[in-house]
Amino acid sequence: MTKKRTFSIGRGVVYLLLVLWAITTIYPIFWVLQNSFKAKDKILADSFSLPLGELFTMANYRKAFDSLNIVNAYKNSIFISTMVALFVILLAGMAAYALSRYKFRGCEFLHTMVIAGMMFPVFATIVPVFSMEFSWGIANTGNWFPTMLSVILPQVAGNLSFAMVVLIGYIKGLPIELEEAAYMEGCNAFQIYFKVVLPLTKPSFATVAIFSFLWSYNDLFTQMFFLTRPDMYGITTLLNRLTAKEGTNYGLMASAVTLVIVPVIIVYCFLQKYIIKGMTAGAVKG
Amino acid sequence: MGANIYRNKKPVFVFLVPAFLFMILYLYYPFFKNIMNSFMHIKQLGSSATSFNTPWYTNYVEMIHDDNVWTAIKNTLIMMVVTLIGQVGIAIILALMVDNIGRGKQFFKTVFFFPIVISATALGLLFNLLFLYDKGMVNQLLEALGKSQLTDWKAEGIAMFTMMLPVMWQYVGFYFVILITGLNNISDELYEAARIDGASTLQSVRYISLPLLHNVICTCSVLAVTGALKVFDLPWTMFPKGMPLKSTFLTGTYMYYHTMETKNVDYGCALAVLIVVLGIVLSKVVNAIFREKDY
Repeated sequence: MTKKRTFSIGRGVVYLLLVLWAITTIYPIFWVLQNSFKAKDKILADSFSLPLGELFTMANYRKAFDSLNIVNAYKNSIFISTMVALFVILLAGMAAYALSRYKFRGCEFLHTMVIAGMMFPVFATIVPVFSMEFSWGIANTGNWFPTMLSVILPQVAGNLSFAMVVLIGYIKGLPIELEEAAYMEGCNAFQIYFKVVLPLTKPSFATVAIFSFLWSYNDLFTQMFFLTRPDMYGITTLLNRLTAKEGTNYGLMASAVTLVIVPVIIVYCFLQKYIIKGMTAGAVKG
Repeated sequence: MGANIYRNKKPVFVFLVPAFLFMILYLYYPFFKNIMNSFMHIKQLGSSATSFNTPWYTNYVEMIHDDNVWTAIKNTLIMMVVTLIGQVGIAIILALMVDNIGRGKQFFKTVFFFPIVISATALGLLFNLLFLYDKGMVNQLLEALGKSQLTDWKAEGIAMFTMMLPVMWQYVGFYFVILITGLNNISDELYEAARIDGASTLQSVRYISLPLLHNVICTCSVLAVTGALKVFDLPWTMFPKGMPLKSTFLTGTYMYYHTMETKNVDYGCALAVLIVVLGIVLSKVVNAIFREKDY
């Protein structure tokens, strides 16, 4: 955009309003951060001053690490979300490739199935999914791996359709000549996919993986059904139980929120371009 | 030539079967099973339905007589209007402003977007702290501004407001980014021409930006409405079990409440069917109101 800019009062007002909205997004986070270093009664007395000198304490963090098992929750959450992202790109990638390159009977029908798959709210599938997994013996057991798997699988299903839509759009735009060249060299369909298409689709895979990862990491609903034991909690389930258990220990709450938010913000700062792209590409999913 | 390489159709199955098997097993089958479940009796979560309810539509009759269902639907509709006006409306204003400034575009984009990255559960806790009665940030701020009495932000009359504010706030940045992308797609020449004709900034916003943004705004509106039906994490964290006095239930939280808290699983299934029906009807309505235009 190369519009001519002139300074005016109007422009000043515009900047002022934008900065005001920016403050509403930044300040609450900052407020929690600074109060996580204060004792509970100090928060109630004065929450706006910086935690300097006598106000400063690490007690909340010590308590968080001692009593909350937050490291374990991180481990669970990251394992679940990584697996979800991997499964989604693996399954959706192959299906998207076949749907965008091959023409066959039933092709249209499968396309419709993919689009319709995005419309199912998780509320409408969760109960049967739970009883299905319960009958397989993976849901609601005391073992770590089956429990993780019981969350991973429904979350993968929830992200598949969206991932396929994004990937189909991308693969259709790739030049077919490269695949033809590979074919001439004697590659079969699988070699073409893994050696030619897959490397070219990397940016789109990154978008999809980031979206699936974040979606799974932030999701509470599915986790509440499957992660019911304290040692199985993910980050969001842990936070949710914390409200019920320690709802009045404000210092501990502030430190827990900080511990959960800060890593995400750091990652966001580095990957914001991809994250913004991924989240808005997922617009259709919401 | 292009047709040759994909003439052999055998590999198709290998590529497609895993993903579609998965979708059928985890989306399509449970979806229809859920509709069946809503007519049947389920003892507890995890056990399968054994017999039909007597009469089979019991759950739906109960739903009509259940005041909480109507509260939940009413709250969800309010939530929809609020998200539509609040999120999309504020996003339009912010996007138009950012589009017309010189420096700092990238900065505002980054800052406005980032609440979306944070889990709604963590934000729920955060806003719980901000809205504490004795004394969260908001009440301390009001006190500093000279207000003598503390406000109980979770009391009955005001609870819905306290719940919707964070939900609205979180997603403004999302629509903002979609809209700003739409604005970037409008050709500079149009603005150039308008300026030569002597149009002010406000006029070019009114007669160029807004009309050309119509379809994007339409997309955002549909997303806001369907998104409002899926809100769960934040309300459940801030106001679990519809407190105070079951006045803050949304359709999603009420469905969860019955499935997990009261163990009335088949009723929960029926509520899930209600959510699906509401979703279909409402997105049809929104589509009819904001019909896409071609230019």
